[in-house]
Amino acid sequence: MANTFKGGLHPFGGKELTQDMAPVELKPKGELVFPLKMHAGAPAVPVVKPGDTVLAGQLIAEAGSTVSANIHSSVSGKVKKIEMRPFPTGGKAQAIVIENDGEYTEVEYIKSDPEALSREELLEKIRSSGAIGMGGAGFPVDQKLSPHGWEDIKYLVINGAECEPYLTSDYRVMVDDGEKLISGIKIALKLLPNAAAVIGVEDNKPEAIKRLTALAAGEPKITVKAVKTKYPQGSDRTLTYATTGLKIKSTAHANEYGVVVSNVTSLYNVHEAVVEGRPLTRRIVTVSGDSITNPGNFRVYIGTAFSELLEAAGGTSQDPEKYINGGTMMGFAMYDLSAPITKTSASLLAFKKDEVSAVKRGPCIKCASCIGVCPMQLMPNKLAKLAEKGDAEEFEKLYGSYCIECGCCSYVCPARIPLKQSIKAMKAAVKAAKRRERR
Amino acid sequence: MSNIFKVSESPHVRGKRSTQSIMIEVFIALMPGAIFGIYNFGVNALIRLLVGVGVCIAVEAIYQAAMKKKVTVSDMSAALTGLLLAMNLPAEFPIWMEVVGCAFAIIVVKQLFGGLGQNFMNPALAARCFLMLAYTAQMTNYVIDGVSSPTPLAILKPGGEAEGVVNLWDMFTGNINGVIGETSVICLMAGATYLLIRRIISPRIPFIYIATFAAFTFLLTPGHNFDFIYLLEEICGGGLILGAFFMATDYVTSPTTPKGRLLYGVVLGVITFIFRMFGGSPEGVSYAIIFSNLLVPFIEKATTPKPFGWEKPAKKEARHE
Repeated sequence: MANTFKGGLHPFGGKELTQDMAPVELKPKGELVFPLKMHAGAPAVPVVKPGDTVLAGQLIAEAGSTVSANIHSSVSGKVKKIEMRPFPTGGKAQAIVIENDGEYTEVEYIKSDPEALSREELLEKIRSSGAIGMGGAGFPVDQKLSPHGWEDIKYLVINGAECEPYLTSDYRVMVDDGEKLISGIKIALKLLPNAAAVIGVEDNKPEAIKRLTALAAGEPKITVKAVKTKYPQGSDRTLTYATTGLKIKSTAHANEYGVVVSNVTSLYNVHEAVVEGRPLTRRIVTVSGDSITNPGNFRVYIGTAFSELLEAAGGTSQDPEKYINGGTMMGFAMYDLSAPITKTSASLLAFKKDEVSAVKRGPCIKCASCIGVCPMQLMPNKLAKLAEKGDAEEFEKLYGSYCIECGCCSYVCPARIPLKQSIKAMKAAVKAAKRRERR
Repeated sequence: MSNIFKVSESPHVRGKRSTQSIMIEVFIALMPGAIFGIYNFGVNALIRLLVGVGVCIAVEAIYQAAMKKKVTVSDMSAALTGLLLAMNLPAEFPIWMEVVGCAFAIIVVKQLFGGLGQNFMNPALAARCFLMLAYTAQMTNYVIDGVSSPTPLAILKPGGEAEGVVNLWDMFTGNINGVIGETSVICLMAGATYLLIRRIISPRIPFIYIATFAAFTFLLTPGHNFDFIYLLEEICGGGLILGAFFMATDYVTSPTTPKGRLLYGVVLGVITFIFRMFGGSPEGVSYAIIFSNLLVPFIEKATTPKPFGWEKPAKKEARHE
């Protein structure tokens, strides 16, 4: 079976800056900000009001619907206010602001033995912990592990590829907390009784592959598979193909094909939620890039401002032009570092130079590089042209909605045409038009 | 610390290759063939090459300035067109006619259709065909060492007036008559190898093209079928190597789809065979390529790739009412 997919590319990795740095705990000062929507689905509903005293690990906002997630305070202190605050991926969002008392007094966590719990009890534990997919989409983990037709799920594909440049937070989980990760996987397999788990790890992480392989040795249902180092190997479609050989079209749900895809950090959180009874209030965040004085990994209390994280890494050595929350291929450029670290914030990158603002767009020379790198085998050149014309019908005929927005086309284009950007905008417009039609 | 950061949609990094760098690399890859042309045909060849490059750049700059457009000669595409056109001319070709050819390539074939990326025919080749029609005598007057003599392909042409025997080794090294840049197979292949290794061109078009042409020639040439030596002579002769690796692979005028490139190669091979065997001229490559350029939109449409995981939509089941 192939251990990779067709297309893709090799952007500068930059992982050596931080991969050997074990996470350092960062205790926040001052106030912490908890946006009510840092997950897929409906916003959470606050269950505290200004003036209330809260403990670390206490529920402060409740899942707003089935697809939503609980939010817990990561520190002990006092609720200051509930108001609009800057959001890391842009704009502002309603958030609970808590003044940290610096005591870190925790609620009592109820440990349990997953073997003794029923399916419903396990799911409830995961749900109440506020665990969401840490790969970026932020889909509630309990929903992911109990899909429609869960008895027919054949594969649990676990993403340890971490193909985004610079990020090493998943790597640290695999290297430092392998036991807990395997424990989380076993819980997930209990919920998906007919599934086999395969952890896909890019072959540029031999240490992670070695450790996980040793840990999985006694587990017949868990295998570790080294996949080729290539972006976007960690996309759920490409990873599923590389690990199981199944081709799932990007417009379908994976569970229709008997597959559930989850990220290593998400499953580590499953262990924390069930075995330790701890809600999701901390995560590992990579701080890296050529402008950061001391790049490294930090165990960060969710709600901490990015500016505090930057300070902890020694600040920047030179005025950076660009800050990115996430990787260089799919991350979000930041303009306000007072935004908080949310559950899905994997990194803060700072770069002296912004490569893209300097480039000038030229005409398409039909070199077809974009077609060659597209992991979905689309024609980004034509799709972007149709997108700029606003031709929804032809856009759909050329399978525009199959785009996974990985950005390979924009990266490779010698004429520097913002292909992915145009296609992404058109995809959103087409989706909105379809929704209007249905009404 | 400044408080103003640059914000943009991802990806935040770009590859190293640019339009200009691609053009420069193709230009470099043509150098072995061009330099051999100078060695073979002397200073006349050098002058034609310099005129081709210089005039094409100048014509593009003047046209764009006159039309109040942005002057884009720094992308090097005009320089490349000029080099390719000059490599397709006999070394003694009148210079004023070459200037006409350059102007035709840049203005009529390229700029009038919208400039780089919009032309549907390869400018250098379209100009060559134009010159062939306009100045046939001068375009077919091949002079080497001061003597006008037929090219190997003209010698090989069955029933042709120059029919005779050629030396395959001379054809391979380039010690033959022809246009400036087409004679040395080994020099052209060195440049082509560079482009293939650098992945600037995909091997699909040139190899399928040559393979198809070879298959037809090997099996269907009257009097020479299953003649291996004749086959090699046909491959090494004329503009096939130059055309297959440097002109059929022109991005703008060839299909962008992976399957389309295979189909395009087959079409080129078949048409080149037909033109060479049954056409009036021993040459067929230039016409075959510009003719196939016209088929590209249809080839692309017919070979649109299916996306990852695509499944045939299930046939609608018959309704039972």
